[in-house]
Amino acid sequence: MEKEKTQEKEIQSLTEVTVRFAGDSGDGMQLSGSQFTETTAIVGNDLSTLPDFPAEIRAPAGSLAGVSGFQLHFSSSDIQTPGDSPDVLVAMNPAALKVNLKDLKPNATIIANSNAFDAKNLKLALYDTNPLEDGSLAGYNVIPVPLTQLTMTALQDLDLSVKEKDKCKNFFALGIMYWIYNRPIDVTSKWIESKFARKPLILEANKRALQAGYNYGETTEIFTTRYEIKPARLPKGIYRNVSGNEAVALGFVAASLKSGLNLFLGSYPITPASEILQELSKYKDFGVITFQAEDEIAGIASAIGASFAGSLAVTTTSGPGLSLKTEAIGLAVMTELPLVIVDVQRGGPSTGLPTKTEQADLLQALYGRHGEAPIIVLSAQSPADCYFMSVEACRLAIKYMTPVLLLTDGYLAFGSEPLRIPEFKDLPEIPVNFRKDAEGFHPYLRDENLARPWAIPGTPGLEHRIGGLEKKDIYGNISYDPENHQVMVNKRKEKIEKAQQDVPDIIVEGDQQGELLVLGWGSTYGAIKEAINHVKAQGYQVSQAHIKYIHPFPKNLGDVLRKFKKILLPELNMGQMATVIRSTFLIDVIQFNKVQGQPLKVSEVENKIKEVLGGQNGN
Amino acid sequence: MEIKVDELAGVKYTAKDFASDVDVKWCPGCGDYSILAQVQRSSPDFGERKENIVWVSGIGCSSRFPYYMNTYGFHGIHGRAGAIATGVKLANPKLQVWVATGDGDMLSIGGNHFIHLCRKNIDVKVIMFNNRIYGLTKGQYSPTSEKGKVTKSSPFGTVDFPFNAVKLATGAGATFVARSFDRDPKHLQDMINRAAKHHGAAFIEVYQNCPIFNDGAFSLLTEKETKPDNVIVLEHGKPLVFGANKEKGIKLDGLNPVVIDLSDGKNSVNDCWIHDEFDDNPTRVFLLARFSDIPNFPVPIGVFRQFSKPTYDKDYVQQISDIQAKKGAGTYEKLMYTTNIWEVR
Ligand code: SF4
Repeated sequence: MEKEKTQEKEIQSLTEVTVRFAGDSGDGMQLSGSQFTETTAIVGNDLSTLPDFPAEIRAPAGSLAGVSGFQLHFSSSDIQTPGDSPDVLVAMNPAALKVNLKDLKPNATIIANSNAFDAKNLKLALYDTNPLEDGSLAGYNVIPVPLTQLTMTALQDLDLSVKEKDKCKNFFALGIMYWIYNRPIDVTSKWIESKFARKPLILEANKRALQAGYNYGETTEIFTTRYEIKPARLPKGIYRNVSGNEAVALGFVAASLKSGLNLFLGSYPITPASEILQELSKYKDFGVITFQAEDEIAGIASAIGASFAGSLAVTTTSGPGLSLKTEAIGLAVMTELPLVIVDVQRGGPSTGLPTKTEQADLLQALYGRHGEAPIIVLSAQSPADCYFMSVEACRLAIKYMTPVLLLTDGYLAFGSEPLRIPEFKDLPEIPVNFRKDAEGFHPYLRDENLARPWAIPGTPGLEHRIGGLEKKDIYGNISYDPENHQVMVNKRKEKIEKAQQDVPDIIVEGDQQGELLVLGWGSTYGAIKEAINHVKAQGYQVSQAHIKYIHPFPKNLGDVLRKFKKILLPELNMGQMATVIRSTFLIDVIQFNKVQGQPLKVSEVENKIKEVLGGQNGN
Repeated sequence: MEIKVDELAGVKYTAKDFASDVDVKWCPGCGDYSILAQVQRSSPDFGERKENIVWVSGIGCSSRFPYYMNTYGFHGIHGRAGAIATGVKLANPKLQVWVATGDGDMLSIGGNHFIHLCRKNIDVKVIMFNNRIYGLTKGQYSPTSEKGKVTKSSPFGTVDFPFNAVKLATGAGATFVARSFDRDPKHLQDMINRAAKHHGAAFIEVYQNCPIFNDGAFSLLTEKETKPDNVIVLEHGKPLVFGANKEKGIKLDGLNPVVIDLSDGKNSVNDCWIHDEFDDNPTRVFLLARFSDIPNFPVPIGVFRQFSKPTYDKDYVQQISDIQAKKGAGTYEKLMYTTNIWEVR
C-alpha cells in the first residue's frame, strides 16, 4: 500500500533551490543545515551556504532575538552565492517564521513545526493570532507539521527524558527535507553514529528521528511532490566542502607541509575567527602548535617570537583584535620577520556586530599602524579561495620576510562551498633558506627580493640582536642617523612594492573594455558575478574584475580601469576601496555601499548596474 | 621539522664571550651595569652554547639588555617580552630563553603576560630590574613605587599601593622565585645560576639603583652599616637569622612572623623559622614575601621558592609526540582527503 502511494508522488526536476533552516539557537539549526550541506555536496550539487546566528549564545527560547538560521543554495550548475531569497523555509517556531518571512520568495514553501505555534511562543514572537491559521500566509505554500509530537511518538519507547527526545526534532525535520529533495540519509546516519558513539541511546534516538522524518515524507499525503536536482557539472577532481575558516586553517597546514616549517599559531578566541584556532588545534599530528594566548597582543607577540625562532608563524583575529595587534605588526615590519595575520572582518566599530559580516577593516589593514609601515595585504573571494590565499600569504611572508595580512570576513568564514582539492604538487613551492653561513653575515643584508636573511637561534656564529628600534642599514645595529632612517623607510617600502612581481595580473571577465566594469574585492565576488550573469542575460554589456591582491595591487590594474567608461565598486563599507582606487590611480569610481552586517544580495548589485547603465542594455 | 641545536660538548666560555661589540649606554653608576656583568660572568656556567641562548626584552632602560649580550637577542615592544619569549620557547624548546625587563615593563604594561607566563610554567627565566621608577621616560612613578612617592608625575605624592613582585610571581604560579641586589654581585650570580638550572617559569627580582631618577631607593638595604639589620638572606634548611652578629631571628607564631632577640637568653636559634625552598605549599612564601611590606622587618633576599612542576613547553612537545605516535605524522593526503570527499569525473 505504502509503496503504491509513493509511486503516485510526482518527481519534479529543478536546477536550483535555496532552503533556509530556522529556529531557536538551541534547536540545532546549524547542525541540520550543515548536515544537509554535507549530503548535498556528496550528491554532487554545487552549493553555497550561509549561517546566520545571533551574537547571544542562547537568547530566551522562542524570542525573536534568539532565532538562528542556516541557508543553503544548491544547484545542478555552477553557483556563487547562498542565494538572495529562500524557496523553502523550515521554521521551528513562530519567531523563526516572523524573522525570516520577509526574505522568502513569493510562493515559497514554509514547513512549520505546528506544535511550537502555541500561545506562549506566539506571544514571544509578537503574533496576535496564529499565522498558520489566520490566512496571513495565503501567498505561501504552508505545510504545518506537528514535528514535536511526531518526534515524541517515534521515540516513545526509548528511555530518555522529554527534553532529550525533544532535542531530536531537528533530525526529524532534516529527514523530511532529505525525502523532499531526494537525498540519501546515510551520510547523516554515519555522522550520528560517530558523533554519539559514547551515548548509544541518544545515537539511537537521533537516527530514529531522522528515519522517521524521511518515512513521514514518503507515507503521508501532505507532500505530493519530490524534487530532483541533478549533480552539477563541475570541473573534474576530488572535492570537499569547506567553510572559509576551515579553509584558512587547512591552507596554513598545507603551507607548513610545503615549506617544511612547523606551524605556530598564536591566537585569542574572537568571533568570527575562533574556528581557525579550533580547527588548527586538531592538527597535532602535523606538529602544529596552537598557543591560545592570554590576549590578542600575546597572540601576535608569541607568533613574532616563534617566527624569530624559525616557525611558520600565524595569528588570527577579527577587527577589535586587529586593533590590539597593530603595534606588534609594526614590530614585525621593523624586525622584517615573516608573519601571517588573518583578519576575519565583522561589523564594527568596537564590539559592533560580532557575528555579522563587513569589509570595513580595509583601511586599517593598509594603513592602521604608526609610522611608515607597509605590509602585504591580501583578500579571499570565496570560502574555497580562503584555502589558496592562506597558502599564498605564507609563501609571500617567507619570500619577502614581512608580515602579510589576509582579509576574510564573517560571510566567508561561516559560509561554505565545495573546494576542488589541488594536488600537493600543484600548490606553489615555499622555499625556505635559513641562513647558515657566518661568513659575511649581517642581519639586514638583502637578497634579490630585498628580503633580509632569516637567521634563527641555534645557528652557531649568527648570534645577533633585532628589535623595534631603527636599524642601521645592512648591519642591523641601532641607528638614530637621519639619513639611515630615510634609507630604511625606503627599503621597507621598496621591498613590499617588489612583491608586485608575484602578483598575478587582474583578470577581466567579459569584454576587456567598454561601458561598465564592476570592480570588487573580497567576499563580494559571488554576488557581483551572479548579478552580471543576470544582466548579461538581459542584454547588458558589463565586465567584472575582482581584486585579491590589495597591496601591492596587480601591475595591470590601472590600465584595466582606464579601459572602461564607468567603474562601479560595490563594497560592504562606506567606500574604503573606492578611496584607495581614487588616490592610487586618480580614477573615479561609482560607489555602492552597504553596511548592514549582511552580504551583498545579487538583486541589489543587479539593480545598481541597471541604474548606472540607465537601461542601456543594447536593446 | 625539528630544529636541531648543538650540545655544549667541550666548549669553554669566559664572561667576555658573552659581551657583544655594542657600546653599553646606561647612565654612569646605573645598577644595570652590575646586572649585565653578573649575567656575563654566570653565562659560561649555564651549560648552554651561546647560540642556543636567547635574551628577550620589552621597553625601558633594562630592556636594552639583549643588545649587550653576544647571544641571540630580541628587543621587543613595551610589556610584551613575556609573550615574545613564550613564542621563541615553544617554537624551539631546546633554546634557553631569558627575559630582561623592568618594573614598569613587566608589572604594568606587561602584567598580563607576566602572570600567564608564570601560570603556564613556561620554561623562561625572567630577570626584573626593579628600580621603582620609570627611567627611560625620565622619572614617573612605577607600579613598585612606594605609596606617597613624589615623582614628576606625582608632585603631591602617589596615592596608589605598590605591587609586591615576589607575592605576585608566587601567586601566579612561578616555580622559581628569588630576589637579589645589583650591589651584591656574588649573591646575584648565585641567583642567576640557579635560575639557569631551573626548568619552568623562573623569576628574579633585582633591586636596582637608578642614580638619576630614584637614587638611593635601596641604600638602607645595600649600605654596609644598615644592611645587616634590614636584610635577611634566605638559605634552604637554615634558620631565619639576621643582624650584624646574627643576633636576631624570625619565629613563626602560628601564621604570624615575629622578630626575636637571640641574645636575651629567652630565645635561641632553635626557635627560628627554618627556610624550606622546596615547600610546595606557598603559604610560607607569602609570609616571607610580606616582610618587605612590614615596618621594622628585614627584607629577604635569596630563593623564596623552587619546586618542580611540568612545564608547558615539555608537555606540549609530549602531547604532539604522543599523538604522532598514535596517528602517524601528518601528510597532505591525511589533511585533505579524509573528511567527506567526492569525485567529479
Ligand atoms: S635612567 Fe636610571 S635606570 Fe635608566 S639607565 Fe639611567 S640610571 Fe639606569
